[in-house]
Amino acid sequence: MTIRFLLNGEPQEVEAPPTTTLLDWLREQARLTGTKEGCNEGDCGACTVMVTDADGTARSLNACILFLPQLQGRAVRTVEGISAPDGTLHPVQKAMVDHHGSQCGFCTPGFITTMATAHLNGATDHADQIAGNLCRCTGYAPILRAAEAATSAPVPDHMKNDAEILASHPFPVSETLPVEREGAGSPLVSPTSADELAAWYLNHPDATLIAGATDVGLWVTKQHRALGPIAFLNQCTNLRGIVDDGETIRIGAMTNVEDVRAALAPHYPSFAEMLRRYGSVQVRNAATIGGNIANGSPIGDSPPPLIALNATLHLRRGDARRDLPLEDFFLDYGKQDRVAGEFVEAISIPRQPDTLRVYKLSKRFDQDISAVCGAFNLIVSDGAIQSARIAFGGMAGTPKRAAAVEAALTGQPMTEATARAALPAFAQDFAPLSDMRASASYRLQSAQNMLLRYVAERSGAPSNVLEVRP
Amino acid sequence: MSVAKPLPHDAARLHVTGQARYVDDIPTPADCLHLAFGLSPVAKGTIETLDLTNPSSAEGVVAVVSGQDLSPIPDCSPSNHDEPLLSDGTVHYAGQPLFIVAAHSHLAARRAAASAKIEINAEDPILSLEDALAADSRFEDGPRIYTKGDVDKALTGATHLVEGQIDIGGQEHFYLEGQTALVLPQEGGDMVIHSSSQHPNEIQHKVADALGVPMHAVRVEVRRMGGGFGGKESQGNHLAIACAIMAVRTGRPCKMRYDRDDDFTVTGKRHDARISYRAGFDADGRITGVDFTHLIRCGWAMDLSLPVADRAMLHADNAYLLPAARITSHRLKTNTQSATAFRGFGGPQGMVGIERVMDHAAHEIGMDPAEIRRVNFYRAAQAENADASGGHFQGTKKGGRLDAADLAGRGSVRVSGGSGSAKRFGGAHSPAAGGKDPNTTPYGMEVEDFILHDLQHQLSAGCSFENRKRAVDKWNAENSILKRGIALTPVKFGISFTLTHLNQAGALVHVYQDGSIHMNHGGTEMGQGLFQKVAQVAADRFGVDVDHVKITATDTGKVPNTSATAASSGTDLNGMAVKAACDTIRDRIAEVVAPDLQAKPDQVIFAGSEVRAGEAAMPFAEAVTKAYMARVSLSATGFYKTPKIEWDRIKGQGRPFFYFAYGAACSEVVIDTLTGENRILRTDILHDAGASLNPALDIGQVEGGFVQGAGWLTMEELVWDAHGTLKTHAPSTYKIPCASDAPEVFNVALYEGANREDTIYRSKAVGEPPFMLGISVFSALGHACEAAGPNFPDLQAPATPEAILSAVGRARA
Repeated sequence: MTIRFLLNGEPQEVEAPPTTTLLDWLREQARLTGTKEGCNEGDCGACTVMVTDADGTARSLNACILFLPQLQGRAVRTVEGISAPDGTLHPVQKAMVDHHGSQCGFCTPGFITTMATAHLNGATDHADQIAGNLCRCTGYAPILRAAEAATSAPVPDHMKNDAEILASHPFPVSETLPVEREGAGSPLVSPTSADELAAWYLNHPDATLIAGATDVGLWVTKQHRALGPIAFLNQCTNLRGIVDDGETIRIGAMTNVEDVRAALAPHYPSFAEMLRRYGSVQVRNAATIGGNIANGSPIGDSPPPLIALNATLHLRRGDARRDLPLEDFFLDYGKQDRVAGEFVEAISIPRQPDTLRVYKLSKRFDQDISAVCGAFNLIVSDGAIQSARIAFGGMAGTPKRAAAVEAALTGQPMTEATARAALPAFAQDFAPLSDMRASASYRLQSAQNMLLRYVAERSGAPSNVLEVRP
Repeated sequence: MSVAKPLPHDAARLHVTGQARYVDDIPTPADCLHLAFGLSPVAKGTIETLDLTNPSSAEGVVAVVSGQDLSPIPDCSPSNHDEPLLSDGTVHYAGQPLFIVAAHSHLAARRAAASAKIEINAEDPILSLEDALAADSRFEDGPRIYTKGDVDKALTGATHLVEGQIDIGGQEHFYLEGQTALVLPQEGGDMVIHSSSQHPNEIQHKVADALGVPMHAVRVEVRRMGGGFGGKESQGNHLAIACAIMAVRTGRPCKMRYDRDDDFTVTGKRHDARISYRAGFDADGRITGVDFTHLIRCGWAMDLSLPVADRAMLHADNAYLLPAARITSHRLKTNTQSATAFRGFGGPQGMVGIERVMDHAAHEIGMDPAEIRRVNFYRAAQAENADASGGHFQGTKKGGRLDAADLAGRGSVRVSGGSGSAKRFGGAHSPAAGGKDPNTTPYGMEVEDFILHDLQHQLSAGCSFENRKRAVDKWNAENSILKRGIALTPVKFGISFTLTHLNQAGALVHVYQDGSIHMNHGGTEMGQGLFQKVAQVAADRFGVDVDHVKITATDTGKVPNTSATAASSGTDLNGMAVKAACDTIRDRIAEVVAPDLQAKPDQVIFAGSEVRAGEAAMPFAEAVTKAYMARVSLSATGFYKTPKIEWDRIKGQGRPFFYFAYGAACSEVVIDTLTGENRILRTDILHDAGASLNPALDIGQVEGGFVQGAGWLTMEELVWDAHGTLKTHAPSTYKIPCASDAPEVFNVALYEGANREDTIYRSKAVGEPPFMLGISVFSALGHACEAAGPNFPDLQAPATPEAILSAVGRARA
């Protein structure tokens, strides 16, 4: 497969196997060793690069789980391209030197690219911007000081070049569906629309669909899996985007989690805050809402709040479409209501007053997989609970509603006593497992306590450690 | 004058531009092979079948070697000769290397290594401390015991008795750069090795041993590591040895780097431990005696476990004068990764034990936790002048007597035949002779330099500790779901290798004709800033700017027989060795130029890039040229050995440490009593780095060490399943702190005071001690749990949300 992209401002035309990661290509083929491998699974940020889309949007992404075909028509900037061409340090580089932000230096290139991207985009929530870059030496204090110090410095001209080059010389996007064969003959496509994807997928129902590759990337880097037929969806532009018609918010499956977070923040801030913690900036920039739903993981974080909001899933197979309540999509561990050749096209959320609270419980607040993720949506009228929609991740083999708890609450007064009376119902709904994230008993107890927290929070009692200031 | 300046890390500009080169970044010859280990999937047993057909025939594979192919199997142990590179047929932990694949690429090697058919006749592994104790599975014949006074009598007569135990989890190093080695075969069978190692001399020694060649045939170079933290003291041996033997077999260069999952699975971590205690206190909260039992999980091989467990015992007192103490230490052998060195080297575990005792006793007696700590402190160094109950320690303030006394070391440098450092302290700086109770540790060492009364007083006042404690109580009374906690905990950490002979270092310094300086020593750079601090010393000795000094890679061909860069000793040892080398050259130059300056050699001063005496002066470079023209050697070695130390580890008596480094931290936290979620709201630290060689780099060590220590005791949790497989084997499952976990308010300062011992410019070691400042977070979390109910919450470590919720339950029960 021929992949065309810009690397530090220079056009590249690369022939490589489709599951070659950008990181391996940079280090082994391009001999740009500034980008480091720290974990090879998107969790440490040492391999962060800046990627600019054709529309000029610049994002930080983890190069270790970014396949070369995902770069088609985009621009990549590595740490080697962050200084000015004459060697002048970028403001974040200078600030990192001045504030002693590097010690062993191994994580530093990843921090620099993340910080330079944030600087370009004018982002100033520094701790969140760098939450996906792990540093074991500094304790982060000097890095945060450096990020703050660089904020007011102007963006160097060369950092704007990628968007300008892409705008003035767009890369040709194939007019027709390119179908290529590799090695043993697994088909490989990069469709440019949902229609193309639907037609092709009908004939290749065993194919792997690659959207953000935050999960599939690990199948390759950690499990050494052969993927068979592959469709890269990054050029399916009409699978991406959010439409709010006042009645429903419809989110295309290829919309990345960061864009979903930004769109939902005004309407459902608790959901948006959970999505902030769902993954690092790099992961949120890659991961898609469709991927998070379709992979059916019992610990995917978006399904519980979507279920609590009574979201509708839009599935498509060829030209046939069907809708179903999201909660019905998850049948059993590893099993979803999805037939061969069918894919997630979008998800819709009915607009409603915000009574949703989402509680994500993990050992670390940012960029950690949930032990338990609980979403509560209770509609209260005249002091009584009119309806309750409560869903959990991490409590069963699938994202699951707490039907018995909901029943115990519905029609009752909105009080702590009601919540306490409903606690035994959790054991009817859930028999969670013990694993390295939490024990079964802790999962059950904390899930119960989340209901107490919800009731307390609705009554205005402080209940969130993240909102406590020194 | 370069010493004491807050200069950036020597490679800062290379770091931020991506030019800093690590082992995996070194361009390799085209025929280089890449290695991967095939690992045991079970924790204990014997290999029935090791079918290597698949890996051998996999694409890109050049060679596959198992233990059967090696006779003898090379040993990788730093201590006991008990760590064969590959299994000898028996399996001792899940993750043990069974065979090596050499392939054209890293990816091909990894893929092939995962494809073997392995059948192991599995036996029940010994995993837990209880299992090991029950099976008497241990290193050494029995427990090691240190005693002071009559503990049983002290406990029997005590007004208050507290008893309990605390489990303390281990910790993965998570250096960002994984273990890596590159071996380049040379003519005649010699080997050049690039290794990400804190201990190049050991890599040299172990590779020579594996190849059956003299050490002179192996040269090891280390420019930098992407983090070490103790994890690269012995754990790099396997990769370098594997590469060397495969290089011999294939005649080709070989490189090996662990994928992150393999790094977690194969290598050792911090020892997890259980500490049980019985401690007596009098009515005033003074400890009468304490009886500790340490259960230390060492894993399958000895590695460095004995000195680690020793150091845990040596820090069982932390900052407190224990009239009577017994510390019993069991070093237990289990079918898990062989636990290894990690920043603090057992000290943190021992210190958590006594800090738990203090918190438990404070709760029992109803005393303030900070107060009970203070009344139990060792007596202050300046016994005559300082009130032992908290008087103000005077004497070594910057700007006072110190700078005058240490003029030779601080400013213009007088030639002094190589010693050239500060005058010795005496008089008021010496501890009081005699006294009612000796101010001694449980291992019989006199504590001569205790500054925590003053340090804690300054910190407490500076962070408004008393007011904030009251504010926390008030806030807790008003909040039912969330609870705050605050704690102020001290650190006293012993500096020196407890294996006395390791306390030596060498250096090699050249001055070139143009006046530029090439500096080399046995210490390795892993991010701590050692190279810059020592370069500042070299620059200061010659009176030039630090950019005249070229920092060069650690190289066993330049400085032989070095110790690991460990035990916080890097600057203390190598700074002194470099100083000695510089002073030798300086003396020679002074001899040459003294007549030109119309002075005696000992009147010649090196400062301001000049060499001068009185009014007469010449540029440094000119003086160097004169020395060269006079056919004087401008190259010298330097050597240093730490004075005063003597230690009998079997008896547990002596002076294992040259001095102590001190610090204290105050942390305030908040917990959620419904879920156990928690955050650090604010931390204030005052830390003792002596007369700092570089305050910026030293503060960097304090900030980073604190966060790493807090991570160890909070979110970092290692979980093995019932079969002994490590389930937290990557950053997806093992969480180190990220940016948002650092305290929102984070104030760090260095204590103003010089080392009373004659160290390099009177500075103090700073690598490990700040790690234990993280204990303040753990103690504050316990304090917050106490606010939830009347009982002692008995918080266990790490304090994950689950552990905190459990402690809240105990507090309320």
